[in-house]
Amino acid sequence: MTTTIAPPAPPTASGSPHGAAASPVPPTTPSTAAPKIAALLGKVVRIFARIIVSILLVLVFAGPFYWMVLTAFQTASEALSIPPQFWVDAVRWDNFIAAFDRVNFGHFALNSVIVTGGTLLGQFLIIVPAAYAFARFQFKGRDVLFGVVLATMMIPGQLIFLPVFAMYAKMGLLNTHLSLILPFIASGFGIFLLRQTFMRVPDSLIEAARLDHASEFTIIRRIMLPLAKPTIVTIGLITFIGTWNNYFFPLVWTTTDAARTLPVAVPRLEALDEIAPTIVMAGNMLLVVPILIVFLLARRHIISAFTYTGVK
Amino acid sequence: MKNALLRDRRLLPYALIAPALVILAVFYLYPIGYNAVLSVFSWDLRGPMKFVGFGNFAELFTDPDFGKVIQNTLVYMGMEVSLVMIFGLILALFLNRQGWLSEFLQGVSFAPNVIALVSVSLIFVWLMDDDIGLFNQILSAVGLEPVGWLSDPQVALFSLVLVSVWKSVGLNALIILSALQSIPRYLFEAADLDNASAWTRFRRITIPMISPTLFFLVLVNVIGSFQAFDTINVMTQGGPQSSTNTLIFSVYREGFEYYRVGYAAAIAVVLMVLVGLITVLYFRAFQKRVHYR
Repeated sequence: MTTTIAPPAPPTASGSPHGAAASPVPPTTPSTAAPKIAALLGKVVRIFARIIVSILLVLVFAGPFYWMVLTAFQTASEALSIPPQFWVDAVRWDNFIAAFDRVNFGHFALNSVIVTGGTLLGQFLIIVPAAYAFARFQFKGRDVLFGVVLATMMIPGQLIFLPVFAMYAKMGLLNTHLSLILPFIASGFGIFLLRQTFMRVPDSLIEAARLDHASEFTIIRRIMLPLAKPTIVTIGLITFIGTWNNYFFPLVWTTTDAARTLPVAVPRLEALDEIAPTIVMAGNMLLVVPILIVFLLARRHIISAFTYTGVK
Repeated sequence: MKNALLRDRRLLPYALIAPALVILAVFYLYPIGYNAVLSVFSWDLRGPMKFVGFGNFAELFTDPDFGKVIQNTLVYMGMEVSLVMIFGLILALFLNRQGWLSEFLQGVSFAPNVIALVSVSLIFVWLMDDDIGLFNQILSAVGLEPVGWLSDPQVALFSLVLVSVWKSVGLNALIILSALQSIPRYLFEAADLDNASAWTRFRRITIPMISPTLFFLVLVNVIGSFQAFDTINVMTQGGPQSSTNTLIFSVYREGFEYYRVGYAAAIAVVLMVLVGLITVLYFRAFQKRVHYR
């Protein structure tokens, strides 16, 4: 084994006075070959360890999703079998049909679309002008007001659900889509990110537009927004994923199903499964699959959107 | 009227920021004050409000269960934040190389982060089932005792931490990764010239250079840990034996299940003070010890 990977014979150290050429010393002394073999072995071990860790990572992070999909297509007895079955014999849609039978998913999915779409749209209507003003105008109190905007980012939203609920109850806003949209359209985070982008737009572009008597609206639409496209996409993706997945607010700010969204509806299926969570997992897929598809399509963009917020 | 406002260059910026500020004031600033007001009343959401002074707080601090709730919240925070940071750093170091494999693994480890925590909770309720869940089946297959993941009061809180760590470690790792990749090459080259060991390079270059990011992540994770709700509500409902009842969950339960709004508001005040205190202390303690570029 060692001979096959041993390097060509190194010149032997021949300080001996007795003719070095006739020396019976083998061409590869252990003292020079061993480190190379060790290095090679080390490399093999490292690559091997890397492969093992990689497989483990895939199992840890993708495994639970696989288990959800598997259970969603199994019968209760398959899901309960010991030892567990890691495959299904036939694709059955029974669990999905059962889930749709018991819970009106169409209604909740529509609510999810309305609330998510409304939040996305409303957010840009609100934060674009605000970010533009903070980035491009000198006015009294600007820094203080911007400080207030930043401070709201530090307030965990879940701390204010109780007073807001009481407020909604008094205003008759409970169980409306609007109640689930309004608090989230003035995102301090979005204003902050957009302002940074707007500040980087060269003054000369705006001066030129003003000379042409362009209105502020035109400046925003024709100069600012096209240049801020990556930031807009970043904010949009984060808002979309956050709103679609939100469970807490649609749960606590509603008392009827009128405006409730998918994340509130899916856990209800738990009550239907008596022995194995096959129907829950089928319903769960309705919540997971749309987001997973978006993630697969825009993976790089989503990852950079989320990680960007962490570096500077 | 509106056009005149928009034409006046001095008033224009105020008109542009007004909608955003009004919403932030109504939904973030005002509720904090309103919450403080609610905390000195007794109210069941329907009937009249009755002023009780500090009665809610007095009840809170004499309730033996409340100490347990605070303890749960802090233990959860400690476990969650340290595990996310440790595994996040290890994962980031592992992923810190070029090539399709690293890119693929970045995507895989990040995927849980885009999935609703409710969905994740439902999946783990199934995986952590006492009798037929996959986790216990694997444990018994290798000859270990099954664990009462969600039924054992000693374990349940840790199980919730595991779920949360599983979901967010990928995001934390990728944020650390981009900090790692922005460390200037020449620093490591200089260290190589000095024959610095890998450990020395890690301790003297890597850690100081990414410390602003680590500092930021610890704070974000601490504040996030106080808001853990979805896992608790879906997986344990605060049980077993109140072992997973945290501050945010008791605000929800007292307010929305027992209709004790004033009492719940008082808990929210405690939580707010706790979050504020930790944020301030944290900034004080680490401000000078973090290496800023």
